[in-house]
Amino acid sequence: MLKRKDLLGLMDVSAEEIMEILDRAREMKKLFSQEVKKTNSLSGKTVCTLFYENSTRTKTSFDTAAKLLGASTSAISASTSSIQKGETLIDTGKTLDALMTDAIVIRHSAAGSPHLLAKNVKAHVINGGDGLHEHPTQALLDMLTIYNRFGSFKGLKVVIAGDIKHSRVARSNVWGLSKMGAEVTLVGPATLMPFDADRMGCKISYDLDEAVEGANIVMGLRLQLERQQAGLFPSAAEYHKYYGITEKRLAKAESDAILLHPGPINRGLELSSGAADGESSFILEQVNNGVAVRMAVLELLIKG
Amino acid sequence: MSILIKNGYVVKEDCMEKCDVLVEGRRIVAIEPNIDGYADKVIDAENLTVMAGFVDMHCHLREPGFEYKEDIASGTKSALQGGFTSIACMPNTSPVIDNTALVLYVKNRAAEEDNAKVYPIAAVTKGQKGKELTEMGSMKQAGAVAFSDDGLPVVDGNTMRLALEYAKTFDALVISHCEDKAIAGEGVVNEGFNATIAGLKGINRVAEEAMVARDILLAESLNTKVHIAHVSTRGSVDLVRWAKARGVKVTCETCPHYFSATDDEILSFNTYAKINPPLREEDDVLAIIEGLKDGTIDAIATDHAPHHIDEKNREFNYAPNGSIGFETAFAIGYTYLVEPGHIDLTDLSRLMSKNPSEILGIGSGKLAVGETADITIVDLNKTYEVDKNKFVSKAENCVFNGWKVTGTIEHVIIDGQEKEIKHYDR
Repeated sequence: MLKRKDLLGLMDVSAEEIMEILDRAREMKKLFSQEVKKTNSLSGKTVCTLFYENSTRTKTSFDTAAKLLGASTSAISASTSSIQKGETLIDTGKTLDALMTDAIVIRHSAAGSPHLLAKNVKAHVINGGDGLHEHPTQALLDMLTIYNRFGSFKGLKVVIAGDIKHSRVARSNVWGLSKMGAEVTLVGPATLMPFDADRMGCKISYDLDEAVEGANIVMGLRLQLERQQAGLFPSAAEYHKYYGITEKRLAKAESDAILLHPGPINRGLELSSGAADGESSFILEQVNNGVAVRMAVLELLIKG
Repeated sequence: MSILIKNGYVVKEDCMEKCDVLVEGRRIVAIEPNIDGYADKVIDAENLTVMAGFVDMHCHLREPGFEYKEDIASGTKSALQGGFTSIACMPNTSPVIDNTALVLYVKNRAAEEDNAKVYPIAAVTKGQKGKELTEMGSMKQAGAVAFSDDGLPVVDGNTMRLALEYAKTFDALVISHCEDKAIAGEGVVNEGFNATIAGLKGINRVAEEAMVARDILLAESLNTKVHIAHVSTRGSVDLVRWAKARGVKVTCETCPHYFSATDDEILSFNTYAKINPPLREEDDVLAIIEGLKDGTIDAIATDHAPHHIDEKNREFNYAPNGSIGFETAFAIGYTYLVEPGHIDLTDLSRLMSKNPSEILGIGSGKLAVGETADITIVDLNKTYEVDKNKFVSKAENCVFNGWKVTGTIEHVIIDGQEKEIKHYDR
């Protein structure tokens, strides 16, 4: 069982802990092929999703995961709660404690919010994405997808392409994948690359064509069109020209390479439809694996 | 009223020696070994160190308008507790200190409290809006010792040029908080590896350095003086060093946190470490220390910036900037500059007393016969942990909370009167 109260990021999680979560997730995934997918392992427990930012898949995924484990769930969205009335994060957290919540999944636009919450509540806190910081369960589901396909991480070449600067998914993946022995290369224009990112233990490239050569995993990231207005790249067309993941580019990767993307995708921008819907695309498998990983994390934290 | 300070190590302008100090009325009348004779009060300074009272040329007292953070009563008491006998407070209050009446208000409130002496800094532009110049002449006459828009720097280059030029008329000092807000963007911490892994938006060093360069060049072209507030980067130190070599009338200050702390502090999302300019990296810390050693940096100021606990106890992005600093400044200076041997106590005294006093033109800051009796007596034998619950300030947002430091303040004398300070059982 995980010997920690919270899962706030992968930076300070060990390779052993990651393996434990992935192994447990694989067990959970076996349930999915059963007629009755539900267990009662967390019956009598409550899980709350506390989302200060919009989300469809992460929130639904956690909610589904908790329900499949037999837990009761509740959901708080910033736009429809006391948060609108000015309640602080700490007060909201303490209220959830008083409501006997066992685990809180928080998503917040401000980095470090899950840490602030964790310090102030008794409930287990799971980071569902904070600012540009981390999104640990997304990286874990990416890793489960890779692990299921390749059986190991050692020596795998992973290319993560796109808006690295604003991506918590990229950061969590760099920590997690490099801990497990994969070689990660971050690719994007210099304006979308965070400062000194190579010091995280990965490579940096501005050339996607070069980077995808021999890659086993190519991961695209969502590009927000607002970044163009902010002057970070000149046009969608030029972005797609240099950083769009197309079938042609994917052909340069290893023949059994897989394409990942955390979604939602912008067709024709960071991914061509041909690539997104092609045989190497594991995007929907990722979504399915997300439920298994979140079941594993919820169970290991709450029962640990 | 006379005070005789016996057997202390006295830090003079260029040396330290064990001797006595005699104060009569508001003045120091003798500094020599074995002074005998009657005094109204005798302070036994055996094993203690006697220094000129500290002068802080950059702090925030928050009155009027933000008394829930700090006020003139609590702020000046906190200053005393830190050994500061004179402090200059920034005008970013509500309303902004941008007219004579408000300058007088601050001075009068401080006089009523009668703790550390307060010298108001007034705004350069009305309402700190960066458009129309304030009445610098009248405000200087009323007691404003300098002019600054502090955290809302004068963005428009021509307005800054006119401010420096107009200030020259009255030999008034303009203090520039150098920050190009466009370059700083939405940044909340130093742009670097730690910002990357914490997922916090970074402020590039150039946000500070570009404006340091602009203001130095403006001062040079107008042959007038300018003071650069809280220098935090290697580049800024290099620019000021270059300017001084060219003969530009530029002075600058840094703060204790820029020579003792790095942006490692933000990795735990500790909002007390959210400061503007942001805590930088090890290389900058080394450059700041070098600048303090070679005289490029003239003064150590606290940038004492109190905030209410509720304002700091929240998401990092939303917490206001600043750390309190009065009650830790000397200990941090001693522990991080003197103890490692970067500078000696006479240097620290120059940086914390004489230089800031001269830059502001307030006529104290020296321990010498004939000078105003503003004296701080410290104990360099006490090592303790900084505890935010023990501050005299209303606020507890101190980046040094929990740090182990050496040096306590034992006695503070202002204008020949000993002031009451707390003595903790550390």
